[in-house]
Amino acid sequence: MSEPALIPVLSDEEVREIEEECAHLPDRKSAAIDAMMIVQRHRGWVSDESLGAIAHVLGMSVENLDSIATFYNLIFRKPVGRHVVMVCDSVSCYVMGADALRKRIEAHLGIGMGQTTADGRFTLLPIVCLGACDKAPTMMIGDELIENVDAEQLDGIFGRFE
Amino acid sequence: MASGERPLIGIVDDVGGLVDLVAYESHEGYAGARQAVSGMAPAEVIALVKDANLRGRGGAGFPTGLKWSFVPQGEASDGGLKYLVCNGDEMEPGTFKDRYLLEHNPHLLVEGMIIGAYAIGAAQGYVFLRGEYHEPYRQLQKAIDDAKARGYLGQNIFGSGFDFDLRIHRSAGRYICGEETALLNALEGKRAQPRTKPPFPPASGAWGRPTIVNNVETFCNVPGILRQGADWYQGLGLGDDAGTKLYGVSGRVNKPGLWELPIGTTIREIIDVHAGGMQDGYKLRGLLPGGASTDFLVEQHFDLAMDYGTIQAAGSRMGTGTMILMDDSICPVDMCRNLEHFFAQESCGFCTPCREGLPWVEQLLTDIEEGRGQPGDLELLERNAQFIGGVTNTFCLHAPGAIEPLASALKYFREDFEEHIRIGECPYRRGG
Repeated sequence: MSEPALIPVLSDEEVREIEEECAHLPDRKSAAIDAMMIVQRHRGWVSDESLGAIAHVLGMSVENLDSIATFYNLIFRKPVGRHVVMVCDSVSCYVMGADALRKRIEAHLGIGMGQTTADGRFTLLPIVCLGACDKAPTMMIGDELIENVDAEQLDGIFGRFE
Repeated sequence: MASGERPLIGIVDDVGGLVDLVAYESHEGYAGARQAVSGMAPAEVIALVKDANLRGRGGAGFPTGLKWSFVPQGEASDGGLKYLVCNGDEMEPGTFKDRYLLEHNPHLLVEGMIIGAYAIGAAQGYVFLRGEYHEPYRQLQKAIDDAKARGYLGQNIFGSGFDFDLRIHRSAGRYICGEETALLNALEGKRAQPRTKPPFPPASGAWGRPTIVNNVETFCNVPGILRQGADWYQGLGLGDDAGTKLYGVSGRVNKPGLWELPIGTTIREIIDVHAGGMQDGYKLRGLLPGGASTDFLVEQHFDLAMDYGTIQAAGSRMGTGTMILMDDSICPVDMCRNLEHFFAQESCGFCTPCREGLPWVEQLLTDIEEGRGQPGDLELLERNAQFIGGVTNTFCLHAPGAIEPLASALKYFREDFEEHIRIGECPYRRGG
């Protein structure tokens, strides 16, 4: 009875999506990154409990899976706000004033990089080049890419995200 | 311009996007794949791509046909699975060309991969896509679904008996995934650390099977070569290299953007004609020609042709062909600090020179920028650049690439570094 006890941490939908990935790969461990991203899409982040359940489903050790989780920039091992704000700090945005923009955004949200607003609405993170360098400076809020970010328009930009 | 032809995005620019399968087919879409799969032997396809002199557009410029020919074929093959992988990770700072292709012409990539898969005998393909590329993912997934529904992917493609399935792997984000063996580890669900080479991927790649990895733009060049031939393709380039190239400019120009031009167009034409020149009040001091990991070029280089050989002879690399401009309001020391911060952060941590050396370099640059520079710091930076930049001293090319902009900045902008140390502050921040 000890073994299956971990699985109920994951929803049927999450398990179904993970199994769909496994079906297209030579072995189950190869789905490790996909599986964590699936769970994160459903829950916002990957908790210790989720990590244990995913490791169990894939037949790998929790330690091995955590070493993969912590390698990647986009797998969150701590809770995040409803919207993750990622501000590009790479060179093209830097040339177009990203350092000053970052300070304005931090002041606007009242938090620093790596922090979440008290109301749980936004988590602020730096991100590497978002591949829209001709429209620098850029940032992402959730899945949405925001180009030519104007520090004077932050009210309107963030106001769209409840 | 040699011919004015723009096989990658010419039609896209004219009609505003080719994401729809019917629209793509109305412009000869999938004709190249059909021709390869139903009318040519795999070896003929490889020979054609070789003759066309297509070189990898991801940055290294390796000849694509030659790479494909390294995959064991016929008697040399054990008959097992082979993989074709597209590197769509595009994390090189300053690079935004593959995003444009994926968002506006995704079927061109799918068609190029069908041809590549047929040439090497791969039954399974993967597109390794940046996790942050949501719109490119939506467009590419739709293109794959539509192509599958039409019988262009899956079983018995074009009724030829050739099978090829294509799936997208969405990355969880790390610059080192752009290194092809690190990419393969990530595809296998592991930490993206580079692998020991040899064996190289064409012999032993994904899951230990023969694998070819090519960049998005590279694959997108293939359908045109199939349709119009090697001579036509060679004729598109202005110098020694063949075809067109997506060139981009970011920085303080009037019209930052991306253009498909004959490969070998000069830097000055790209900046002055296509990007509209520098904005009023800004003077161009230097540029990184093809992403963050390429050496600075300066005024004396601006009339050079942007092709592999010319830029290499000037001491840099064409890289991705998307250039980042440093205008006279930007402090070269601070720009190098920004670049080395990126590379230090994105080191996979496996080998010591990279894991320990890059943060040390970043710290030295931070100290100099913030007025804590000491006599001897530049010599220390140069020694680090020599050790870390030596291509045999590190496990992969991440650290040598990281050092390229710094080593060249120490050469071209040395007076700026020296002034920081001499006056104990950044002259660009004085009074503001």
